[in-house]
Amino acid sequence: MESFLNKYRYSLILLRELVITEFKLRYQGSILGYLWSVMRPLFLFMIMYVVFVYFLQIGGDVPFWPVQLLLGIVLWNFFSEVTNNGVGSIVGRGDVIRKINFPKYVIVVASSISAFINLLINLVVIFIFMAVSGVELQWQILLAPLFILELFVFALGLALLLSALFVRIRDVNYIWEIIMQGLFYSSVVIYPITLVLAKGEFFGQLLLLNPVAQAIQDARYALISSDAITLVKLSGERWYLILIPISIVIITAIVGAYVFKKRSPTFAEDV
Amino acid sequence: MTKQKDNTSEVVLSVNNISKNFLLPHEKMVSIKSSIVNIFKPKDRTIEVQHALKDISFKIEKGEFFGILGRNGSGKSTLLKILAEIYQPTSGTIQKTGKLVPFIELGVGFNPELTGRENVYLNGALLGFSRAEIDEKYDDIVEFAELEEFMDQKLKNYSSGMQVRLAFSVATRSEADILLVDEVLAVGDADFQRKCYDYFKSLKKSGKTVIFVTHDMSAVREYCDRAILIKDGLIAHENTADVIANEYLKLFNENNSSSLSAVDTKRWGNGQVRVSNLDVDTSDDKISLSISIQSDKRGAENYVVGYKLYDSEGKLVMGGNNLNAKNGKKLFLEPDSKQDICFLINNVLGNGTFTLSTTARLGDGVTICDQWDNAAEIKVTKSESYYPIIAPADVSVD
Repeated sequence: MESFLNKYRYSLILLRELVITEFKLRYQGSILGYLWSVMRPLFLFMIMYVVFVYFLQIGGDVPFWPVQLLLGIVLWNFFSEVTNNGVGSIVGRGDVIRKINFPKYVIVVASSISAFINLLINLVVIFIFMAVSGVELQWQILLAPLFILELFVFALGLALLLSALFVRIRDVNYIWEIIMQGLFYSSVVIYPITLVLAKGEFFGQLLLLNPVAQAIQDARYALISSDAITLVKLSGERWYLILIPISIVIITAIVGAYVFKKRSPTFAEDV
Repeated sequence: MTKQKDNTSEVVLSVNNISKNFLLPHEKMVSIKSSIVNIFKPKDRTIEVQHALKDISFKIEKGEFFGILGRNGSGKSTLLKILAEIYQPTSGTIQKTGKLVPFIELGVGFNPELTGRENVYLNGALLGFSRAEIDEKYDDIVEFAELEEFMDQKLKNYSSGMQVRLAFSVATRSEADILLVDEVLAVGDADFQRKCYDYFKSLKKSGKTVIFVTHDMSAVREYCDRAILIKDGLIAHENTADVIANEYLKLFNENNSSSLSAVDTKRWGNGQVRVSNLDVDTSDDKISLSISIQSDKRGAENYVVGYKLYDSEGKLVMGGNNLNAKNGKKLFLEPDSKQDICFLINNVLGNGTFTLSTTARLGDGVTICDQWDNAAEIKVTKSESYYPIIAPADVSVD
């Protein structure tokens, strides 16, 4: 432990300072400040609720659907914040990278931690909504941190990969923008998965192989309703399907870290 | 200037055969069409290899003040970045013992939206200090920067001088074994520069190893024990600071073989008499100024011709006129006629570039007929090694 701390002392000091800085600067100059962390997803939730639940009448039969919708939005925002901020994070710190040598991954990790803090604040709001809606907590809530961790690892792996590629190939952020659009609509954020299952069980299984959709659906199960449909429930006999999203997460994290490590020595020249 | 060498001198930084190539892609996309056609043929793009450093090797001992000199584009900044591990060398290795802290630029990571206090912690973290460590040094840092009242203001409201003071103050607290300093002293007012030099003196006293990159030759002479001169990516010379500083100055002189060159001249006056021709001849012991004077139709009953020599920094070094010369005499000139005057001056100048200005005025001391600034440039490259601005010839020692 002692030697571990020594080895990563510089990284930890820097990480802490960068997270503090980022957090201070986040709502620099805005009057409501940190309230925006909570208000942004809330307003998005209100719009979605009016459009999809009130007018289009989607999700009426899903228990606590409004809260599930909000949880989905909050988790999706977290994922999109880590990856979108991650893409440009190395290039954005180019001035520092060109002047001093330090472990570059700290930049990406710091921006993801700052998004994570944001997520924690939002989760408090979710709990308030849950209490108001009369959601009863069950033992499954203990699983929730696991799924959030899964989402975090997946997003961080992608952020490392994208930020390293973006240094050389500036098309990356446009490509990612398009992929995010696709992911958003396929990650069962704004509609209940039951709508897809009505078209056939296969489509539901397919959607849940996406780690973001799987994590969001599992988090809904753990926090809000044990009736929420998860990949475990859907795969039934073919239990091995569960391994696919988990493998995607692990492989993404490993590839991301590897590419980043491989590329980082030349960041100063290329950035 | 001499360094006391003990037998236990220890190499703290050893640079072995460092080379660095940059790949510079040339994209010659003529039209949108051809760029679309070529998008999947990256081989069409020619890549030029730039050899920024070629096989650089040197060793630095503990406690040494080591200078790296070179003209712009010689590769010294690349070398510095490799030493600081910002760039990776293409080939070669660097071995070092102890902690190396680079000051390529002061105030790395400074954010204008943060307060002075917050920036101290952020900049400190980049230099490897934890919060607790900065807490300890904080009062010192603020005091040294003389910014007690401003620490809770945002950095964007600081003047640039205040920012530099704060950054330098943090930098001086870094506990490095080897310091890498890149011309950071070129900023700030006179008072601040004095502080910087005091800090340098203290570094030298405390036996820190310092690698110093600068264009300021007087600083090199004063502080450095040893230096290298980088030219076209190679070490052109490695020697004592004095010798290298001279070699560096020679780089600028050898390009111009003639001692007289027209520079940015400025000329004004009523033209009653004017310098029609000017010839400068410099030898190791004499400077002769041959000046031809031409009068217009007014002529001049009593006029004075003078010269002044300025050093490269624009300071007046010497001057005189026909009246105060050894065989001083008054000058007069008929209308529309010509006269030649020759000043013969002992060349007491040291190595360097000097500029000459000439003045022709009337005896009333007020009317300027021909003031010619930067009339000529005189380059002095004495065969012996370094002299300061003035190098008297006959100095005896008992």
